[in-house]
Amino acid sequence: MSSITALNGAFHNGMIEIKDAGLIGMITLRGDLKSEVVAKALNFVLGVTVPDQRKITSTTKGSVAWMSPDELLIIIEYKDVSKVISSLNNILSGSHSLVVDVSDARAVFALTGNAIRDVLSKGTPADLSKDVLPIGEVRRSRIAQLAVAFWFTDEISCQLICFRSVGAYIMEWLKNASENGSEVNFH
Amino acid sequence: MSTRLSKGGRLIDRSKSVEFTFDGKRLNGYDGDTLASALLANNQRLVGRSFKYHRPRGIVASGPEEPNALVGLGAGSKFEPNQRATTTELFAGLHSKSQNAWPSLEFDIGGINRIMSRVFPAGFYYKTFIFPRFAWKHIFEPFIRKAAGLGAAPTEKDADKYEYFYAHVDVLIIGGGSSGLAAALEVGRSGAKVLVLEQKNTWGGRAPVDGVVIDNEKSEEWINKALAELESMPNVSLKNRTMGAGVYDHGWATGYESLTDHMPSKVGPRQRLWRIRATRILTTTGAIERPLSFAGNDLPGVMLAGSVRDYIVDFGTSCGDIMVLATNNDDAYRTAIAQCEVGLKVAIILDARSSVTGELPNKARSMGIRVETGMAISKVKGSKGVSGVSICLQAGEGIPIEEIKCDVVAMSGGWSPIVHLWSHCGGKLNWDNDNAMFRPDADRPPLGADGSGFVIVGGSANGYLKADDSIKDAISQGKIVAKQVGFKPIKSKNITVDVEAEAEIEQIWQMPQGMSVKLQAKTFLDYQNDVKVSDVRLAAREGYESVEHTKRYTTLGMATDQGKLSNINGLAILADSLNAEIPNVGTTTFRPPYHPISMGSIAGDARGELFKHIRKSPIHNWIEANGGFFEPVADWRRPYCFQQNDEPVKDAVKREILNTRTNVGLLDASTLGKIIVKGPDAGKFLDMLYTNLMSNLKIGHCRYGLMCTENGFLSDDGVVARLDENTYLCHTTSGGSDRIHAWMEEWLQTEWWDWKVYTANVTEQYAQIAVVGPNSRKLLEKLGGMDVSPEALPFMRFTEGTLGGIKVRPFRISFSGELSYEIAVSASDGQAFWNICMEAGKEFGIQPYGTECLHVMRAEKGFIMIGDETDGTVIPQDLNMQWAISKKKDDFLGKRAHLRSHMSDPSRWKLVGLKTVDPNVIIPDGAYATDGKIRDSGVKNMIGRVTSTYFSPTLNRSIAMGLVEFGPDRMGEIIDFPTLDGKIIKAEICNQIFLDPEGERQNV
Repeated sequence: MSSITALNGAFHNGMIEIKDAGLIGMITLRGDLKSEVVAKALNFVLGVTVPDQRKITSTTKGSVAWMSPDELLIIIEYKDVSKVISSLNNILSGSHSLVVDVSDARAVFALTGNAIRDVLSKGTPADLSKDVLPIGEVRRSRIAQLAVAFWFTDEISCQLICFRSVGAYIMEWLKNASENGSEVNFH
Repeated sequence: MSTRLSKGGRLIDRSKSVEFTFDGKRLNGYDGDTLASALLANNQRLVGRSFKYHRPRGIVASGPEEPNALVGLGAGSKFEPNQRATTTELFAGLHSKSQNAWPSLEFDIGGINRIMSRVFPAGFYYKTFIFPRFAWKHIFEPFIRKAAGLGAAPTEKDADKYEYFYAHVDVLIIGGGSSGLAAALEVGRSGAKVLVLEQKNTWGGRAPVDGVVIDNEKSEEWINKALAELESMPNVSLKNRTMGAGVYDHGWATGYESLTDHMPSKVGPRQRLWRIRATRILTTTGAIERPLSFAGNDLPGVMLAGSVRDYIVDFGTSCGDIMVLATNNDDAYRTAIAQCEVGLKVAIILDARSSVTGELPNKARSMGIRVETGMAISKVKGSKGVSGVSICLQAGEGIPIEEIKCDVVAMSGGWSPIVHLWSHCGGKLNWDNDNAMFRPDADRPPLGADGSGFVIVGGSANGYLKADDSIKDAISQGKIVAKQVGFKPIKSKNITVDVEAEAEIEQIWQMPQGMSVKLQAKTFLDYQNDVKVSDVRLAAREGYESVEHTKRYTTLGMATDQGKLSNINGLAILADSLNAEIPNVGTTTFRPPYHPISMGSIAGDARGELFKHIRKSPIHNWIEANGGFFEPVADWRRPYCFQQNDEPVKDAVKREILNTRTNVGLLDASTLGKIIVKGPDAGKFLDMLYTNLMSNLKIGHCRYGLMCTENGFLSDDGVVARLDENTYLCHTTSGGSDRIHAWMEEWLQTEWWDWKVYTANVTEQYAQIAVVGPNSRKLLEKLGGMDVSPEALPFMRFTEGTLGGIKVRPFRISFSGELSYEIAVSASDGQAFWNICMEAGKEFGIQPYGTECLHVMRAEKGFIMIGDETDGTVIPQDLNMQWAISKKKDDFLGKRAHLRSHMSDPSRWKLVGLKTVDPNVIIPDGAYATDGKIRDSGVKNMIGRVTSTYFSPTLNRSIAMGLVEFGPDRMGEIIDFPTLDGKIIKAEICNQIFLDPEGERQNV
């Protein structure tokens, strides 16, 4: 299949490494996050519990990120999306909910390096200190004028997502912000 | 003359010579110099001409308070005007130019203004605005524009880069002098997260210059130890060359970091604007010395006493061989002592106070310096520089008693705490009459979101001018701040500070106190804007009582230095003129930034490619590579047309229309908004949003719908598809997707929060490709994979399947009037699907088409376009779209508004088609129709306007749509459209559907 991401394999190495994370399965789930049926659905498809506010929980099968009081983002392998959507819909069928594929509506960046927090702090007004944004927490914020979300998977690795149509812009922004010679050494 | 001393200069490295230029002259300084210290070391005391009178001006100060030494730095794309020589670090190859002088600094024609100063009194601008009326425009303004002004504007685009940095801390400390560092140690040791900003490259402030002893060692030693300890703390960040620029509400502050100004060859951004959120802001910004007001105090060579000391101690530079010191306080004696200690001469110290017995004056006397009390400067002598002073009694009117030769006059009128940052957000000040200064009133701080003060001031900025008091205060404020942000200060041993005792200052606002009017007119308050004592007194006589008004009337403190030196002196003169107390006259408002910051730093990285994002569809790169001529559509870029072999745009549009109508065309419609609406109440919800009924739409069917605002005006349109019992897919206009999604969420979250509806904006999940034209079905059949026959997929239906192996959802909808399929595929497969269509379509004559072709084709069919036929004042009824307004529904957004009398007025302009009498003439877009009558206001009576107008290649004639008064009742009438060039275009009112009114082309 000739499916391509918005970033189409883009790569850059400056103060940090910026890489197209490739095709990633993403499902928006809206529903009553406190309900048993949502918990059951997540447990069934990924074996995870419903994440608390701003948290992201993961297993080997995938991750679930808290997006808002009634919205989660399920992150799985791209090829599994249809299967997972039908499983979720089956379990949630009796309750008011929305399960929708957004895998292709996003651009996903894999960032690596010690200076990620410094680089992102050039564009996002969110507090990126390690104690305020620890591993396991998602931050929905902005870079320049654009909505983004990001989370650290370990101290030097971060996933960042934005809308697909502005993936190229965010790539250029990240390249510029991570240009060698513009180190801040704050975080 | 000023010169480099044979030794000394704690900040310069004499082993590293640095070459630079000033007005084309090649000069040498040392590494560590500022441009100002290097100029002085080269005896370049004349550095600029004043704003209004073009008087020769020299360096006055050694920091950001400098009013005179403004230069243009760099050249071409690196040129920047109005840079202070005193804050510019010297680097090899620095290129500087004096300003506001013509033809040269030494010989300036504008100096004639000086002689003309009698015609430039206070309020000159205001007076000439008024009388005589013609004079401002024809005489004064052209002359002033030529003569007045500072540096020239750059002529090239800025070659440098800039960026922002967002930082969050518990405590932001602004000012890295000894007090700031002492406070930082307290806060840092408590464990709170601290950021310390220092505007200079060096830490420690004035303590080393003033010979302060801290903890029994030279202050430099103590400063280095303090820095080492702070650097070792993981919770503390130190940023030098970063000025605390502004304090704003909610603990927000900006810092202005200079990264490569001092070494332009370094890669990376030139400046960084820190945007800091702090729970508490502690300002330890120190104090600024005030000039004294005596005649001739603006001559090059008259300098602030503290600054003369800075040049000697920091840069090993003398400001003159023979000094006269004028003062009203003890601190200034340090300058005389420093002058003697390096082997230079102090001719006399004129102390305006009648009795002087402090430790410092006595030390000066013991060094053999002549100290005269109760004495003042009557007038400074010299033309382009100081050659001497005549002295007089302070108590008198200025009769010269004696003339003294000198080449530098050091002056000190006392020190003013730098309260700017405290005041930016409303911190209030008290007048301290004993110490002659405004100082922060801790009981009236700027209030934060929690209702308590979020700015705290420490050290000399807080009014503790002596080093020992200052450091003690800063430590105590540091402890308080640490507690306020939830940390516990660590008990540590007291710091001892040893410094000479100082006797009290005496308030001296003009020198001598009874100076004649003639002397007042030579006594400058604001050097940069040429405001004299006489101007402020004149303003007071003319009735200006408020300092804010006086400031604007005289331009006192309105130059780029914002009155750092002149504010208090001017205020005191105004108070004296009004016979009022200083605090009753009040201060002017301090506004950020503290010191000018570059426009580049404010723009940050938002320039060039990064200025604003553009949204790119999944097909964008292909369009770009295949002749796409882009136009902006909201934040998207869509192809207006595809140019083949450099054909003109007009020809491309015509070719695309004819080809699509004859063969098959391919349109990237991915930008269309797509919003999923799901839930048991989804139908009810859509019935409220759309004017027509959506809840009865059958699964698998599509329906065109209109949306109105609460006021009834058309807001958006699009096709709704029902995906299943509870799920609808709403298409919006390309520009409307985010807005309509937000509109839906607003209603769901604020008004109908109990309705069970979820929405999701899936606009970017899908590429949507329109396959349009008589051959479109053949093309899809060739791709294969699903039945696209009229039976399987009739008009206004959709289905799901695969085409050419790609998962698709084809909608049988048409915006062109042709047989047409809009095919949604996942965005990641969009380009692949586009490619197979282009490949398979070759034999059917496929060509991609752009938005202009789309527009013309829809106009040929009489379809409306949101933004063309609508402009925020148009209701569906204006467009004869009553058929899309459900009468079965109790309510929908806009329904009540449509009942208003003006909305149901039959004379509202209504949509019709317009055929020009000459088929080759196209009515200009937006043209108005007139009926030959003239309104009372004298303008032609307008009876309609054009909303869409094109040349239709299909019909080979011009076509248009427009809103016309009683239009639908006037079919066949010919109306006039006057054009801007005075001609009249005649057009016949007709049905708006020009092509295929029966819909035979699409229903096949």
